[in-house]
Amino acid sequence: MIEITNLHKSYTMGSNKLHVLKGINFSVKAGELVAIMGSSGSGKSTLLNILGMLDSADSGDYTLDGVPIKNLTETKAAQYRNKFLGFIFQSFNLINYKTALENVSLPLYYQRIGRKERQEKALSYLTRVGLKEWATHLPSELSGGQKQRVAIARAMAAEPKVLLADEPTGALDSRTSHEVMDLIQKINDEGNTILVVTHEEDIAKMCKRIVHLKDGVIVEDKVINQVRASQYV
Amino acid sequence: MFSKDRWQEIFDTIKKNKLRTFLSGFTVTLGIFIYVVLFGFGNGLKNSFDKFFLDDATNTFFLFPGSTTVPYKGFKANRQIEFKNEDLEDIKKTFPFFLEYITPRITRGALVKYNNESNNYTTRAVGPAHQFNEKTIIMQGRYINDNDIKDRAKHAVIGRLVERDLFKGKSAIGKYVDLGGSAFKVIGVFQDDGGDNEERLIYIPYTTRQLIEKNTDKIDQIILAFKPEIGYTGAMAFEKQLMKYLKEKKNISPDDQNAIFIRNVADNLKQNQDFASLLQTIVFWVGFGTLFAGIIGISNIMVFTVKERTKELGIRKALGATPKAITNMILHESIFITTVAGLFGLILGILILRSFGDSLEDYFILNPYIGTGVAIRATIMLIVFGALAGYFPARRAARVKPIVALRDE
Repeated sequence: MIEITNLHKSYTMGSNKLHVLKGINFSVKAGELVAIMGSSGSGKSTLLNILGMLDSADSGDYTLDGVPIKNLTETKAAQYRNKFLGFIFQSFNLINYKTALENVSLPLYYQRIGRKERQEKALSYLTRVGLKEWATHLPSELSGGQKQRVAIARAMAAEPKVLLADEPTGALDSRTSHEVMDLIQKINDEGNTILVVTHEEDIAKMCKRIVHLKDGVIVEDKVINQVRASQYV
Repeated sequence: MFSKDRWQEIFDTIKKNKLRTFLSGFTVTLGIFIYVVLFGFGNGLKNSFDKFFLDDATNTFFLFPGSTTVPYKGFKANRQIEFKNEDLEDIKKTFPFFLEYITPRITRGALVKYNNESNNYTTRAVGPAHQFNEKTIIMQGRYINDNDIKDRAKHAVIGRLVERDLFKGKSAIGKYVDLGGSAFKVIGVFQDDGGDNEERLIYIPYTTRQLIEKNTDKIDQIILAFKPEIGYTGAMAFEKQLMKYLKEKKNISPDDQNAIFIRNVADNLKQNQDFASLLQTIVFWVGFGTLFAGIIGISNIMVFTVKERTKELGIRKALGATPKAITNMILHESIFITTVAGLFGLILGILILRSFGDSLEDYFILNPYIGTGVAIRATIMLIVFGALAGYFPARRAARVKPIVALRDE
């Protein structure tokens, strides 16, 4: 599903050049649930942003579902993001003046799906994350866990090839974290490919594979026995 | 542009961001409103000006005799110059190319009586052409004609207010009034746009006045009009030639500045028109300034609005909005708001102007109005600039990498 070879990325800060990713080689097959771990500054978020086409690499190859991702125009990148990727952010990134339902249907709007179908689809995904009754509520009326579930529903709604989660539990208490992870595991059980960036050991253990990043290189890449989050819920 | 979905999205955004919408709309409404009202007042001021200064005919010379200051051809200085009836004929014969009409004017005060009413009025003894000079409008009867002049008829044309004062609302036509001791038949009643004083005048044939004054042929003042098609330069040339001709005829030194005066209304007219166009220019710049301030206001709000929405735009981009979709959304929204707000301000301004009407006449603002064309052009201009003001920050926001936009707090 994802093929990365020799990926480099550096940021220029004034006269200093910060080499963040120093040759990443990495691949993900369909249906995997991968945790990308590392301390802060290890380059894990940068990697995820490049995978999500939110940022571009300096050199190296990136293939997503057989499509080479290189020298994309903003327009093309936007279309690929819409078609291939679903994002889950640490700070939820819901649009605060739109209701839960409207937030979930937004990616469908950019897929040019009709209003009625959009709402039906959005409502069915909200139902799957257990928030059918909250459809008409604004994000400010939802708890942190509920917000993240809306964000997950939104990421799912476009039926992407890969879900990218950047510290999805970073802003949540442990109980809510487990609920969210439970939901992510269930989505993965249905065959969806998911990448989770986290620095929390117990969250990483709930994935099926852990990739350790340190100072811009992969130091460890192991398949683990998944811990089910449902036992904590 | 016309997809129902886009409109739905925009209405949603507008509805849920009322303060923002109100602020940007309000700037536009206020800008157009002030522009319309100021422009209207400016036009009103110009109307008053036109009414005061551009009432009488403008292709006119007034000739006054003076007295010589320079001895010439055996005549001593300090000789009183006089115009005579023959001067009229001679000018007519000499300048047929320039001349449109010519009339004498002899102004005298007179006590006028009818039944028990009496009052002092100014009488003007004139020729038939004088009607064009003052733009006198005959309400009843007729003006003085050539037969009156030939017959030295004791006929009088009286102002509307003279009739009102003396005849108390009854028709004066055919009645006889006592004018300075002689009985004059009223043959016409007139009105004049020049104001009340002009409507308290009495016109009589100049030959009749001369007969009363011991059968003289003296004329106080000659009024003549040049053909308008000779233009301003033609008028100035005519004035020069006329002066030269009269000085020769009356044996006046060419250097004598005090013997004959010509008041050239064309010269006055030009000054007045210059002033009027200055007024127009001031009005234009005031309006332009207001509009410009309005445009700056919208630009500020648009920049602020887009800045405020940076994060939202980042989210939209992460979800698959193309840069074009982002730019179009912001443009669509800003054009819609400025159009609605602009039309609102336009209508409000026009209504206010209408409601003032002539109530500000005391402040020299007469019939304030704004041409529909000007108003619509101003509104369109504001909409275009509002769109431009939205376009540049929108384009910049659309170009920002989503990762940067998402980081914005």
